[in-house]
Amino acid sequence: MIALSDYLILGAILFSLSVTGIFLNRKNVIILLMCVELMLLAVNMNFIAFSHFHGDTVGQVFVFFILTVAAAEAAIGLAILVVLFRNRRTINVEDLDTLKG
Amino acid sequence: MTFEKFVFYVFAAILVFAATMVITRRNPVHSALFLVLAFFSSAGIWLLAEAEFLAIVLILVYVGAVMVLFLFVVMMLDIDLATLRAGFIKYMPVGLLVALVMAVEMFMVVGPSNFGLDKVPAPAAQGPSYNNTEELGNVLYTVYMYPFEIAAVILLVGIIAAIGLTMRKRPETKFQDPSVQVKVKKADRLRVVKMEAED
Repeated sequence: MIALSDYLILGAILFSLSVTGIFLNRKNVIILLMCVELMLLAVNMNFIAFSHFHGDTVGQVFVFFILTVAAAEAAIGLAILVVLFRNRRTINVEDLDTLKG
Repeated sequence: MTFEKFVFYVFAAILVFAATMVITRRNPVHSALFLVLAFFSSAGIWLLAEAEFLAIVLILVYVGAVMVLFLFVVMMLDIDLATLRAGFIKYMPVGLLVALVMAVEMFMVVGPSNFGLDKVPAPAAQGPSYNNTEELGNVLYTVYMYPFEIAAVILLVGIIAAIGLTMRKRPETKFQDPSVQVKVKKADRLRVVKMEAED
């Protein structure tokens, strides 16, 4: 039988990989967005696993809402990206220094 | 090793491989396609955890809509990959270190010593009459009705924000204004000229 820890460790590995991805591709906004999607996937994996092992459907309801919010987030993020590229002709994070932050 | 466990490990291996490829590929199109593979294999794992509805939704919503949007944007933008890749090697050690520390810490928390089969026994498999979609709908449309409607509003806000951000008025485009067309009078267009008859 598959143990709960198997699912949780898989989620942990996935989350760590996406954190590495954010470190490695810190100039490319598109890959950064993809890494955020991967992180959300890892979190959803934990929710599904706990929901399965505790016999509680509420975990799956939560995943449903996370998917909704993530879809809206991806749509708005990509729209911002398109506007950004139209105005600055770049998606390099280091060139986005208008606010001098 | 049971067949179920074998399937789980195959999907998990593909998932980890795909995730590694997403963060290391030079071409963002390849990254997006490997992310699709990652979503597919995690949908398989969710099926094993008896979350059938969400597994299908993951493929429909993520692979069918979000990832297509990603591919669309990636292919629409003309990106200079060389400058975006600069610093990849430079940040590799610190990234790997942080990830390794995080993975080890999380392994100590969620490892088999705390969440193994002896601590959390595996639930009995549901019978053939079990309907995951029905179960989810029973909770979603009763207890979580209000959050469900808020989720719908969030999606609406997402639509409006995405359209509002990307829509632009170009001064050189020509378009018709129906209200002006309707309001026009005969006097605006027609001019009767008095002139001598010519022979």
